[in-house]
Amino acid sequence: MDFTFTQDQLLFQESVRDFLFNEVTPERIRASWQSDTGREHQLWQQLTDLGLVGMTVPEEHGGLGMNAVDFILLAQECGYVALPEPLVHTALVAVPLLSDLGGELAARWLPKIAAGQAKVLVGLEQNLLVEDAHVADLLLLQRGDAIYALTPEQVSLRHNESVDPSRRLYGVDIPADAVPAVSGDIAVDLSGKALNRGALGAAAQALGLAQRMVDMSVQYTGERQQFGKLIGSFQAVKHHMANVAVALEYAKAPVHRAAYSIAMDEVRAGRAVSHAKLVACAAANLAARNSVQVHGAMGYTWEVDLHIFMKKAWALANTWGDAGYHKTRVAQYIFSDDAQLGAVGTFS
Amino acid sequence: MDLAFTKEQHDFRQEIRAWLAANAPAQPLQSFDTEQGFQQHREWEAVLNEGRWGMVTWPEELGGRGCDLIEWLIFEEEYYRARAPLRVNQNGIFLLGPTLMEYGTPEQKARILPKMANGEEVWSQGWSEPNAGSDMAAIRSRAELVGDKYVINGQKTWSTRAVWADWCFGMFRTDPESERHHGLTFILVPLDTPGITVRPIPQLDGLPGFAEIFFDNVEVSVDNRLGDEGAGWRVAMATAGFERGLMLRSPARFQETARRLVELYRENCATADHDPAVKDAVIRAYLDAESYCLTTYQTACRLSQGGKIGAESSTNKIFWSELDQNMHATAMSILGARAELLPHAPDARGVGSWLDGWLFAQSGPIYAGTNEIQRNIIAERMLGMPR
Repeated sequence: MDFTFTQDQLLFQESVRDFLFNEVTPERIRASWQSDTGREHQLWQQLTDLGLVGMTVPEEHGGLGMNAVDFILLAQECGYVALPEPLVHTALVAVPLLSDLGGELAARWLPKIAAGQAKVLVGLEQNLLVEDAHVADLLLLQRGDAIYALTPEQVSLRHNESVDPSRRLYGVDIPADAVPAVSGDIAVDLSGKALNRGALGAAAQALGLAQRMVDMSVQYTGERQQFGKLIGSFQAVKHHMANVAVALEYAKAPVHRAAYSIAMDEVRAGRAVSHAKLVACAAANLAARNSVQVHGAMGYTWEVDLHIFMKKAWALANTWGDAGYHKTRVAQYIFSDDAQLGAVGTFS
Repeated sequence: MDLAFTKEQHDFRQEIRAWLAANAPAQPLQSFDTEQGFQQHREWEAVLNEGRWGMVTWPEELGGRGCDLIEWLIFEEEYYRARAPLRVNQNGIFLLGPTLMEYGTPEQKARILPKMANGEEVWSQGWSEPNAGSDMAAIRSRAELVGDKYVINGQKTWSTRAVWADWCFGMFRTDPESERHHGLTFILVPLDTPGITVRPIPQLDGLPGFAEIFFDNVEVSVDNRLGDEGAGWRVAMATAGFERGLMLRSPARFQETARRLVELYRENCATADHDPAVKDAVIRAYLDAESYCLTTYQTACRLSQGGKIGAESSTNKIFWSELDQNMHATAMSILGARAELLPHAPDARGVGSWLDGWLFAQSGPIYAGTNEIQRNIIAERMLGMPR
């Protein structure tokens, strides 16, 4: 039993945190809102050079061959800066799906991903829209029991504007004569795994977002004075933040456990992910709600950076399976006759 | 990261499981807040001790097994799974014991720990006073050194198990000029010393689970001082908060409650579903109990590799106490009109021990530092907000 990360994993997290915090500033995110694609080639190249983009690509395809446990702390850091680039999507969803599909698709696209020369993005029916389809070189699209691998030229894209200007979302229409890359049980299985990995990525980013909103709120309430005192010294304000800290503290281990379950391909991976997604997104939503409250009217403005993180947290809660989807999955397990509940079920 | 138990951990689990199957009482004991129940629980402590299962984290030379935190968690899982009795001497074995090991003299350890281990001496706490509750540094009870004796005057309250306990440990002001957490001394007091009056206080269930203790020129030997004079605050705070919290309220306890809650819901879902919020609350109970378990294991692993824990340990108490309240509130909702009935009432079909648990759950956010105090600690020491 060792529920800790290795020294290497922690050191890499630290260096990625420093890089992202220095590079992906709120100013840079705001600037990206003005650009056509909202995405930056230069930043993607930097992420590639750091080994992040190809981290989960198998070594024979030019990547580092790492797994969800290796990447999970980095996904949290992506959340901390509200990274607009589809890094978590690439490393946790697209690359593993391509690897699972194997064959010519994997051999052709994985090396390009690892080299930063191509982006592959995944669209599941569970998600209404496809993130970043406009910058994709290949789209892996699930419809029913089929998965299609299509280039953007082969489909038609409808841009849908999100309340979060960093999110670029597209409705995708597949031509009637398109041929699936894979169909039947295998496609259903792979889509389910992709959904789990997407939900895991959302949960990890939610942890980072929650932490960022707490940090911003602590800083703001430590500077703002009313009644001749720092408002952060008032218990009513403190307790808003303490409540977030409690929710966040107890959401981390479920996310790390879900990453482990996915990396080990455990039978429980689905419900471990659902647990993680529910508690991490609940923590992030509470962080958003309490942070906007302690920021007062400032939190209700476009000028203060809080909304960059708040809006992303809101959105993540309802992607890769919303709370209803994940609660239903947990309920199906705990109300079944073969559920292992009680004091010895957690690791058995 | 490797979330599988080692063979040694697995074998340890099988060993305690087999022992409990052979030795744990088949029928629940009476409440340890009754005279007879207290005696039953005291005898159970002796049985546990004979099997060397009483204090598994204690060193072997003191009758323990030198278990680490993970083994402790495994022990607790099996203990709650077997529905073995609650620990009547928890104040002694989980709170005073570790403090004694750190601060006690060899003579004190030899005199106190064996009798604590076999249940011969049951301990109560003497922290709070009528005007020192959340503000524990406001303690006023005096202990004056006269020759080789302390003469104690004052009053302690909310002393859990004090009605039938043999000893009390607590802090007393030895320097009358001192203020706040200075000038306090940690002293162990036999409750049969002349000058002591114990007044039982009935709790919400009507049973005297705690008591007031009045000290009227109570003389105790200076040998009963733990640590240096004036160092009481440091001694009291010494044992890491997390480990204490873990000993008192390990995850298994709440996971078992969550399991029973799922069962209760499934037995009653036809009526329980009239309130759509109930099912959601049951799902949350399961998730939160799991979160508590996972987080505890992760922290225990980190600590066993030399990691440190700071103010974030204050999140622990808030989390389990609110979880416990939420789970029991949900059970009350499911039981509906039966919820208020005492278990022996003729129409109290299937109410089990939920009412008892619900009453006890009310105390969780209050004792061991109210949750408001914990939130202040989190905000100031963990998040760095201004005082």
